[in-house]
Amino acid sequence: MNPRKGGVSRREFVAGGLVVGFSMLDGELVPRLFAQASTSAAPSPKRLESWLHILPDGSVQVFTGKLEIGMGVDTALTQIVAEELDLSPSRVKFVFGDTSTTVDQGGVGGSTSVSQGSRPLRNVAAAARAALLQRASQRLGVPVEQLQVKDGVISAGTKRITYGEIATALAAEQDLKVTGAGFALNVDGGAKPKDPAGYTVVGTSVPRIDMAPKILGTYKYVTDVRVPGMLHGRVIRPAGVGASVVSVDDSAARSIAGYVKTVVDKDFVGVVCENEWAAVKAARAVKVTWSAPLRAFPEQKDLYSYMRAAKPKATRQIPKTGDVDAALATAAKTIDARYDVPFQSHATMGPGCGVADVKPDGVTTVWSGGQKPHALQKGYAQLLGVPADRVRVVWMQDAGSYGRPGFEDAGADAVLLSKAVGRPVRVQWMRHDMTAWGAKGPACVYDLAGAIDAQGNVTGVRFVSRAFSGGAILFLPDAAGNYLGAQLTGIKNTTGVDEFADWGGAAPNYRFQNLDASSHVLAEFHDVASPLRSTHLRDPEGPATSFAVESFIDELAAAAGVDPLALRLKHIEEPRAKYALQAAADKYGWDTRVSPKPKTADHLVTGRGIALGVRNGTYVGTIAEVEVNRASGVVKVTRLVCSHDCGLIVNPDALKSTIAANLIQSLGRTTKEEVMFDRSTVTSVDWNSYKVARASDVPAVVDIVLINRKELPPGGAGEPSSRATAAAIANAVFDATGVRIRQIPLSPEKVKAALA
Amino acid sequence: MAAVTLTVNGKAHRVDVDPDCPLLYVLRDTLELNNPRFGCGLGQCGACTVLVENRAVRSCSLPVSRVTGANAKNVITIEGLAANGRPHPVQQAFIDEQAFQCGYCLNGWVLTAKALLDTNPKPSDAEVRRACESLVCRCGSHTRIFSAVQRAVTAKNTAVKA
Repeated sequence: MNPRKGGVSRREFVAGGLVVGFSMLDGELVPRLFAQASTSAAPSPKRLESWLHILPDGSVQVFTGKLEIGMGVDTALTQIVAEELDLSPSRVKFVFGDTSTTVDQGGVGGSTSVSQGSRPLRNVAAAARAALLQRASQRLGVPVEQLQVKDGVISAGTKRITYGEIATALAAEQDLKVTGAGFALNVDGGAKPKDPAGYTVVGTSVPRIDMAPKILGTYKYVTDVRVPGMLHGRVIRPAGVGASVVSVDDSAARSIAGYVKTVVDKDFVGVVCENEWAAVKAARAVKVTWSAPLRAFPEQKDLYSYMRAAKPKATRQIPKTGDVDAALATAAKTIDARYDVPFQSHATMGPGCGVADVKPDGVTTVWSGGQKPHALQKGYAQLLGVPADRVRVVWMQDAGSYGRPGFEDAGADAVLLSKAVGRPVRVQWMRHDMTAWGAKGPACVYDLAGAIDAQGNVTGVRFVSRAFSGGAILFLPDAAGNYLGAQLTGIKNTTGVDEFADWGGAAPNYRFQNLDASSHVLAEFHDVASPLRSTHLRDPEGPATSFAVESFIDELAAAAGVDPLALRLKHIEEPRAKYALQAAADKYGWDTRVSPKPKTADHLVTGRGIALGVRNGTYVGTIAEVEVNRASGVVKVTRLVCSHDCGLIVNPDALKSTIAANLIQSLGRTTKEEVMFDRSTVTSVDWNSYKVARASDVPAVVDIVLINRKELPPGGAGEPSSRATAAAIANAVFDATGVRIRQIPLSPEKVKAALA
Repeated sequence: MAAVTLTVNGKAHRVDVDPDCPLLYVLRDTLELNNPRFGCGLGQCGACTVLVENRAVRSCSLPVSRVTGANAKNVITIEGLAANGRPHPVQQAFIDEQAFQCGYCLNGWVLTAKALLDTNPKPSDAEVRRACESLVCRCGSHTRIFSAVQRAVTAKNTAVKA
């Protein structure tokens, strides 16, 4: 269900020997006759027509495995295709993330949708344009090089023809050359894309195509899917980790009007009703007796000492430079510092939602906001015990997505409930299902040591991280064991990977004579259906590692008696990183001096801190200005400045909007967000027990400095500006107070205690 | 269950519902109005906001019986803000400011801003923040949202002068 109305498309493709027709009706891709198809396989990336159709009215329908999750990727991709085809963006329409009509591009993640995901689209558009010009040349009797194109009209002098008039059977005679897979999938049709120097659409602030429909109320999210005969489900999660169903009493639920069924499969419990309110009531009315949960978690206050003492399950050592032991032994000054970052929750604005229509003898359809529809297709098929081509996953936007939030699990819940009742079921979680039971961003701890010589030079750094894996629940949800509901039915998660909180991930640009950096991954507390199971949450371990490294750089600067910006510039080689830091400093009006500021007796003290964020070729410099209330411990961020270099900028205004939002979200993650838990379960269940940034937390001034590098390809921009905020704020608190806070969140209680 | 008349966006609907059912589910499931959204069901976030008598209220926590029968009141949702096919000036300001990321929260912000400006045409930045403190935007779109509200203030006061 695409938000844009009025799109007209007719797409024929062969599925299981049958020709199946799809039509765009009121902007919605309706699977007509779909029940007759016996399989639902993704189109081949080799074929031009898998990616792009020219419609009779001369507009273009693009099919992509990429998605829009709130940051304007749909608009950026529209601009990129419109640019190559010399069409106005309003004439380029997209179908996103439907496993039966779009190529598997690995879904979205890692801020790669534009940097990598746009490449095949650009190449396909260039190939289509070349084919159109070739055909126009024949029809008009004019050599290709004399043809001009303006908004889909090809002309030479008085001769003209439109894309629509020559579009029939555009299918390329030759296959596209395919390289890579997933995010890196690319295709090449032999046509050279435009020189960026001549861009007229890319680089302009085209209004986001989803924005007006959202604000006018016509945009459809996955929560708005309604299919004939659809029922509503709710899930009932265990009393705590490892608790098993002893008995279920659904007698009270049965008397609720609209009640259909209570579904129990080992420790998976759900209810299905004719309407949503009945499902909410029934979920409250069903009495489940659970066995005593395991005391699998440490006391929250002991989390970080537990993590430092636990035996790692895996370790990664980056090649050592020099001899850090010797540097520390001979140093004039040494610094030791420990940093702690808690579990954080996706806590998406809306709890996860999925709609499933399980057809045991046909093709099952699942509507989900998960970031990887083609992986979900495989995973849901495994859950149902059918081949992947018997499942179709249709992506539709759910509430903002920052990695692997749990939308995947909600879809699996819908699959389990639909299978049990034999009708389509929509499941939306309740708030506690999302905040308490959604997968978490991993807790991380860091121990750093640094050596400074008599001249104030930093001569060596040791970095040791210990963290739960960002991939304990794999970002690629292509196996049944990936899903919480499936784990509760007894399916093991066998696909988790060890993902490290690496030095290299956060600080590849610092050079020290002596460097020793190692990272440890810790085993999960419990490997089945744990509410503290860890996965990707915006810029996986980046913000945590950056908090540690960028705070420590500041500690070194203070110990060496040099300005924190100056020390950074001294130890960075990469010119773009230096430039980004300097650009932020210039915008801020950085006064070169040593931190902290001289002590005063004032109640309210102010300070500024700087940090560098580098992620896959995108460079960010962030400066925070804070006001600290020494009596209450409240840290008020009064100004943020962020410089941002992601190469070529596709849409400056949309980019600024995403950066500004990342800054506020990461501000909340720095000062407020912490998942609370007891020995058996997560006790952060709602917006009061899991606090995020609110209006009063937002700085009066947020300055964004865009650095546009037209000579470079466009890079990632979804996450990098989340990365440096925490350290910039902590460094500013140090500048203001002379006290170093090494634990997130910088809550009033913690700051007050540290200042006492 | 009871058949009652519920007036939404100026249109009366006959609905057969549990009087205790929160207004949100009646709007979404019975009337198929998508924009009041389920965020928390606890009145903590504002995603379900609607206007009742031009006050921004949380439909997730308001029994439908409070706006039907003897308590009948007109309920306005985002769908009903536009007039004569044109976006409401507050909506237009949010569009012009390109104010959101995912947008799932936007009912709360747009309708709270509309209700605020109707009673206080020139709110200060502090007043805007105070009015919005009980709303959540998980993506962090706040700076654009505040700019949109001030843009709407300017538009409103310019329009009054003209």
